Amino acid sequence: MSLTWRNVKDRFMLVLAAVLGLILAVPVLGMIWLVVSNALPALSLQTLTQVTVGTSGGIANAIVGTFYLVFLGILIAAPLGIAAGVFLGEIAPASRFAAVVRFTTDVLAGVPSIVIGYFGYVTMVLGLGWGFSTLAGAIALALIGIPYVVRATEIALSKVPRGMREASMALGAPLTTTVWRVSLRAAAPGVLTGVLLAISLAIGETAPLIYTAGYSMYMPKLALTHSPIGYLTYVVWTFINEPYKSLNALAYAAGFLLLLFIVLVNVIARRLIKRATA
Amino acid sequence: MIATSGRGQIAERVRKGAAGPKAGGALGVLQRMGRVRVGDVLLKVLTGVVAGGAILAMLAILVFLLRDSWPSIVYNGWHFVTSQTWNIGSLYSTAVTHRNGATAAAGASFGILPFIVGTVLSSLIAVVLAIPLAVALALLLVEYLPAKIGDSLSFMVEMLAGIPSVVLGLWGLAVLIPWIGQSFGPFLAHWLGWIPIFKGPIGSGQGLLASGIVLTVMIVPIIAASTRDVLRQTPRETKDGALALGLTRWEVIRAVSLPWASSGIFGAVVLGLGRALGETMAVLMVSGNAANYLPHNIYSPVGTMAATIVSFLDSAMSDPTHMAVHALAEVALVLFVISVVVNVPARLLLSAAARKGGVQAQ
Repeated sequence: MSLTWRNVKDRFMLVLAAVLGLILAVPVLGMIWLVVSNALPALSLQTLTQVTVGTSGGIANAIVGTFYLVFLGILIAAPLGIAAGVFLGEIAPASRFAAVVRFTTDVLAGVPSIVIGYFGYVTMVLGLGWGFSTLAGAIALALIGIPYVVRATEIALSKVPRGMREASMALGAPLTTTVWRVSLRAAAPGVLTGVLLAISLAIGETAPLIYTAGYSMYMPKLALTHSPIGYLTYVVWTFINEPYKSLNALAYAAGFLLLLFIVLVNVIARRLIKRATA
Repeated sequence: MIATSGRGQIAERVRKGAAGPKAGGALGVLQRMGRVRVGDVLLKVLTGVVAGGAILAMLAILVFLLRDSWPSIVYNGWHFVTSQTWNIGSLYSTAVTHRNGATAAAGASFGILPFIVGTVLSSLIAVVLAIPLAVALALLLVEYLPAKIGDSLSFMVEMLAGIPSVVLGLWGLAVLIPWIGQSFGPFLAHWLGWIPIFKGPIGSGQGLLASGIVLTVMIVPIIAASTRDVLRQTPRETKDGALALGLTRWEVIRAVSLPWASSGIFGAVVLGLGRALGETMAVLMVSGNAANYLPHNIYSPVGTMAATIVSFLDSAMSDPTHMAVHALAEVALVLFVISVVVNVPARLLLSAAARKGGVQAQ
């Protein structure tokens, strides 16, 4: 290949794309290094097992709270999201109603999470009189996660070969059996990936929880209402601005745990996709 | 409970086209067979109701925000979006101000123009910075890198989109702000100071530029992932044909891929814009949360609508007339309307781009 002007330009563009495309690695690696290097000294058994007392102690209340909120949120989001996804992908994919729902779900996914939080504050915290509570926080997280479960379910179902359904029907299986035992089973990895995406989003959310879950320094109670609950993202946000080194360290520890959980969830999701396509 | 039609009836249904080519999925197959069972009807109705819940949720958000912000809408009128002053009034006296039948603390006045400007400007900075980075990243993933490396990098890009905004805020606080305040800000002011918006004072580093950069890091993965999906659908034959004609790889990208994907890329960018407009925590941590004045240069502390809803909650709840809380509800309402206005065209463009490629939008 002779080095004509066109080839020089081609090489130049390759270099430019590589530089621009990979420049994001600088802030991302910087962020990971910042969080890991500041969190490691603070990561002790005490941090993981004790609640915050004054300027010391740990963040066990927030760790347990995050798990509890995300668990409840997914318990609500997964069945609803999968049901809506089944309707869009399996029951009436081509109907006008499905088109409207599909579009609304996409727009719902774009509604800022703080708006969802305020909505939850007005309707549940004040309107239903629940106060800052676990259930209000979990429902807010569910509202944010549902659109992702719906879309993942629909897309996974649309990839199930039509012949599998027809074979099931031809054997005389009712629709429920075909959907449950054939279509959804074949689409399971895709559906689960959507659920995992919703989990990963829910773990990292802050804004909607401030308005619905409140915050508590104590261990979460099982009570669903009238009892605020702690979570890791709140620790990151507030403890970093405290004038105490010990609390700053806990903020980094919470940030580290958040990153760790999210990487874990994503790696599991990737394994699932790989296994499904292999 | 099986209602089976006879053979002739099925044949008749097929002839009539009772289940035309539009009816896909399992139900379509069943309809062609002419069988309906109670459990099946139940499944159809239940999933349909749940699916309709999405529409109901959107309507509920609109109705409740509207209802809760109504006193503020009455009290402030258009003043709300044109005034620069956010003042919840004097809480130390029992005096109140009445206006249009609504009651607020004495001298209260609610204007969110600085927050609207702060939101729009920080998001614009983010979009301007993110477009070249995201498109370059998507081109690397689809066109340049070998499939195996591109696949792994793709996974990392998707994971980046999931970084919690508070963790990014940590980086903004500890690294970005000092860097802007001490190095990058003075550098910009020195070389670009002849452009008014780049002239100092620089301040601590908290402000518009820091918000814009943090938002850039947040939306590049989102724009890049959607752009990658659109670019992947560029017809293989056209690209191969162009290469066979002797075009270089860049010329193929320039002449085939980018024009083909342009509307989809635009949709991806608007999607990223929507995310930037509504982002709360990272901006809250680096913007300086200013109120009551408009930014005078790119380093100015700013407040955004989303961040304000969080940062003013405590003070608003201390207002015994509740007007300050109603005003925050109106901020949420304005933000909701803006997000819908931005997301609707973005989704339309993306789904049109997906249809062009014959694949469903992600």
